[in-house]
Amino acid sequence: MTLTPVITEHWDSPDLYTLDGYRRFGGYRALEKALKLDPDAIITTVKDSGLRGRGGAGFPTGLKWSFVPQNDGKPHYLVVNADESEPGACKDIPIMMANPHSLVEGVIITSFAIRASQAFIYIRGEVPNALRKVASAVAEARRAGLIGKNILGSGFDLEIVVHAGAGAYICGEETALLDSLEGLRGQPRLKPPFPAVAGLYASPTVINNVETICNIPYIVDRGVDWFRQFGTEKSPGFKVWAVSGHVNNPGIFEAPLGITMRELLGYAGGVRGDGKVKFWLPGGSSVPLLTAEHLDLPLTYEEMAAAGTMLGTGTPMIFDETVSVVKAVTRWLEFYKHESCGKCTPCREGTFWITGVLETFEHGHGKESDLELLVSACNQISGRSFCALGDAAATPFPAALKYFRDEFVAATESPVDEKFDPVASYIYAGAATR
Amino acid sequence: MSENFTTDVVPMVSVTIDGVVIEVPKGTLAIRAAELIGIEIPRFCDHPLLEPVAACRACLIEVEGMPKPQPACAQVVNDGMTIRTQESSEVAKDAQEGVMEFLLINHPLDCPVCDKGGECPLQNQSMSAGRPESRFEGEKRTFEKPINVSAQILLDRERCVSCARCTRFAEQIAGDPMIELLERGANQQVGVADEQPFDSYFSGNTIQICPVGALTSSSYRFRSRPFDLVSVPSTCEHCASGCSLRTDYRRGEITRRLAWDSPDVNEEWNCDKGRFGFTYLTEGRITTPLVRENGELRPASWPEAIDVAARGLEAAGSSAGVLTGGRLTQEDAYGYAKFARAILGTDNIDFRARATSSEETQYLRSAIAGTPITVTYDALEKAPFVLLVAFEPEDESPMVFLRLRKAKTTVVSLGAVATRGLKKMGGTLLATKPGQEALVLRALPDHVKAALAQPGAVILVGERIAASAGGPSALAEVAEQTGARVAWVPRRAGERGALDVGALAGLLPGGRPITNDEARDEVAGVWGVAADALPRVTGLSGENIINAGSRENLRAFVIAGVDPVDLPDPEVTAVALARTAFIVSLDHHHSEFTQAADVVLPVALVTEKAGTFIDWEGRPRPFGQVFKDALAMSDATILGMLAKAMGKQAGVWDGAGLRRELAELGQWTGAREELPTTGSAPLMSDAFRLASWRELLDAGVMQDGEPFLAATARPVVALISEAAAKQLGSPTTITVSGPTGSVTLPVEIGDVIDDVVFLPMHSTGCSIYRDLGARIGSAVDVSAGGAA
Repeated sequence: MTLTPVITEHWDSPDLYTLDGYRRFGGYRALEKALKLDPDAIITTVKDSGLRGRGGAGFPTGLKWSFVPQNDGKPHYLVVNADESEPGACKDIPIMMANPHSLVEGVIITSFAIRASQAFIYIRGEVPNALRKVASAVAEARRAGLIGKNILGSGFDLEIVVHAGAGAYICGEETALLDSLEGLRGQPRLKPPFPAVAGLYASPTVINNVETICNIPYIVDRGVDWFRQFGTEKSPGFKVWAVSGHVNNPGIFEAPLGITMRELLGYAGGVRGDGKVKFWLPGGSSVPLLTAEHLDLPLTYEEMAAAGTMLGTGTPMIFDETVSVVKAVTRWLEFYKHESCGKCTPCREGTFWITGVLETFEHGHGKESDLELLVSACNQISGRSFCALGDAAATPFPAALKYFRDEFVAATESPVDEKFDPVASYIYAGAATR
Repeated sequence: MSENFTTDVVPMVSVTIDGVVIEVPKGTLAIRAAELIGIEIPRFCDHPLLEPVAACRACLIEVEGMPKPQPACAQVVNDGMTIRTQESSEVAKDAQEGVMEFLLINHPLDCPVCDKGGECPLQNQSMSAGRPESRFEGEKRTFEKPINVSAQILLDRERCVSCARCTRFAEQIAGDPMIELLERGANQQVGVADEQPFDSYFSGNTIQICPVGALTSSSYRFRSRPFDLVSVPSTCEHCASGCSLRTDYRRGEITRRLAWDSPDVNEEWNCDKGRFGFTYLTEGRITTPLVRENGELRPASWPEAIDVAARGLEAAGSSAGVLTGGRLTQEDAYGYAKFARAILGTDNIDFRARATSSEETQYLRSAIAGTPITVTYDALEKAPFVLLVAFEPEDESPMVFLRLRKAKTTVVSLGAVATRGLKKMGGTLLATKPGQEALVLRALPDHVKAALAQPGAVILVGERIAASAGGPSALAEVAEQTGARVAWVPRRAGERGALDVGALAGLLPGGRPITNDEARDEVAGVWGVAADALPRVTGLSGENIINAGSRENLRAFVIAGVDPVDLPDPEVTAVALARTAFIVSLDHHHSEFTQAADVVLPVALVTEKAGTFIDWEGRPRPFGQVFKDALAMSDATILGMLAKAMGKQAGVWDGAGLRRELAELGQWTGAREELPTTGSAPLMSDAFRLASWRELLDAGVMQDGEPFLAATARPVVALISEAAAKQLGSPTTITVSGPTGSVTLPVEIGDVIDDVVFLPMHSTGCSIYRDLGARIGSAVDVSAGGAA
């Protein structure tokens, strides 16, 4: 399958991040077109395109928009979730740094469609470069009359606020993000009511991922048929794949949904040092890991689900044979333990417990019977926590155990560092020995 | 159209729980619906009076059609829904057991030394819904223990299960979000901001609703085990809110008091004064009768003391004054009302140990005494509009405050200060200088008048209206014009009861005018005395009794639970005590009154007798005797002994008998005294005016011996407006001077009318009668800095 650069098409143009640079390649043409359409027609177009949310859950975007009650007399809000914090995910931040205007244009069109006159872009606070790029793109767009009162003479008004998060993974959970945006402590909200009905400031709110929003101008400009020529029936379109880990050429590759990991690996220059894939994750640490036997599966929402995992953020992480799966899982769990917001018991206590037990394995004094205990503890979190963070935390271990039980059993005998030289797994290890 | 007729009718839905079909009102939560068929789903964060949060996950149940177990505490049941709890679902049982296991991994399991052990929802539910053995073998998270979130409230963070009941209570119920969850994950903990302790008047409730032993009180921590306590239902004696309490004691000593469930009154809450203020019940009590001999009080036997008192009162005849204070039960107040009229033959009686006026006296006799309940807590909750007049609910009747906060009603306060309490009720201020209530009431803005004319609108008037010339009259006019219902909210627990039973000059029990022949006949009949034995003319009331004493116009005083600092003129009071020939004091603690008395008779306090308080609504709040073997006798019993010693009889004097007599008398349905029609009195100078009321936690004697409680009181400050502060040169302290003295206090800038200064009425370091000789509304001198 060939690469199909759309969002990333002109990333090699040095001034793409400026308004002029973006316009040179047809930027804001879709906006002009959209503002002449009926907002409902845009919602229908996005529905028909089959675009699914790129933040991880893959919920149909047009359907989400259609949940917003119209003529309800309340203000509507669009909130862009740009709090990309998933371990292994690095796609939204590059998009915002290289092509911020595609996000801004998408925000304006989406706001117009859902009748929002105020939009927020909630950007992960640790990435000031992305913040600066998006903030200056918004400022440029405002100066050019693309944001503000009566945009392009359409009568549509919109303000965009660029907001910096304060460094909590939980604030990527959409309702925690809303609380954080309102100035509260970021913790997930009880649903119902759902954000589409009572979200930000108790008003109807659409929350979309950066990449999702960046698709909108292209769908509006080029049409449903053009969009649907990519991907599959259930996973239409293209995806910004961010390949990382033990590959020779890590980076961003934009290709249709349905491309296989083996193909992406090819674009990424293969596993470093002609090594082999030991395990990989299709999209962030929150999805169950796969092994070399899954490299030829099409990367679609449906195929990944059938394989017992999820497409997630579509940011594959590749691990070669230098890596101890015990250690990798322990690091992920330490992350979830650290980031658990504390609101619900299963996630708060479960991550604390599981992490502690995994650390005993890492240090070579795990007990084999504890493997069943860990599975049981994960089952006590999964589906029972308040939000998806708990579910995510319960994900890595069972999948790792399924494919690499021997490695966990071995870790009852000796510390994993004895068998897996930690230096060998470092990304720079290869370079250092070359 | 049809919607208009169905707004009050909640439709029913049918739901199947563990195979049992029940009908419940639409909107019912699954956890409540299950309770109705006797299924107790485990829970920690759930509390019926708090918004659902679904955080603890202990109540997970299976709902047909939903892929994951759902929290029963947040799951609204829909028509036709099928629910399976732990009783019939392995998934639910497993989920609940899993959560319980998680909850215990970081819990210290220090139950043997924990105050909550024995009454702990975590302990109980880990037995009923947990696994017998923990699989956790790691190291528990630990915290330094305990930390003070206030002087009174201690927090053991490692015991906390993060249910957020306390923080939600503080925010949702009390409106004091001074505690909050901090940090993340297993390090999540309740905390306060630096230098900002949890000084909420309602903080003690968090201890009671804490489902573990994370919150304890300084005064009760490590004092007893719950299973060693004997619990007795009680009624709070601290104010007229009428809270149900539970008094717990061990070996004859009260260890703690809890708010008790009373949905119509205090729901499940109370204030910290009612919860923690009980040391006075045991400490510093007068234990034996005392009689004066050679100028000194000496212990005496009961027969001797009764005899001395009876002879002294006989000698005084009807030239006596009876002051009963506002703390008595209805039965005891009735005893005094009867004793004054039938035994002493005088109508000089008053229960009001505070500033009064003849206008207020007339208003109470005409509009309040012995009237049926018209405004209830529930009515407040449903009222579209509530006007507060000379009334600060958070300080003066905390349950009224909580109910108004809960209500969606619009609150307007006619006063001089937009207080923190008013803001927490979402209320607005109708700026009124103290003393100017009548003027403002007679010129209410149209929107307030219109709001008062709505069906269900209420005016709550505090006892401070007494000192505002024309206030009661104007209030009656507004009620008449708008149709709004008026409720009088006195501060003390016994005031309404005392009024209803006639412990006020001119009034016989049930609101009967003493000047009415028929009324006197009815009462004399029940008392078994000749009608012409009762006084026929209205006697002295309020400060007139003290004034008469100071002019040597009375020959005897009978004084019950009156604290002299509550009387507005300390100098006149002292003169009256010095000049009155014979004084009988029935009291539990020494005061200027007992020191001046010729006979002191010790009386029972609320734990030593059964009785009834009438709350501000007019609702009887009966309570039982905590200590059955108490030796102390109630006021009424002692009055009966006095009557007998004086050779007179008037009905019975025991509690049950007195209640029977009151029931027999019932309420007066005949003609009542006219409402007062006093005009407004405009202020004659533009001097600073004194606004003041008693703060909930202050220097009151019933809070004696409670240092932790006292430490959570509001700081004693002088509150002035920003403009006034600027005018004074933005001082950090100011001196407020009245006729007899001055106080120097730190300044706090607040939402106060510009030429008004607010001082706490009787707090440590500031008691306006004693220190200033000033009253509410008095012109005072305000200057920057300390006294010259």
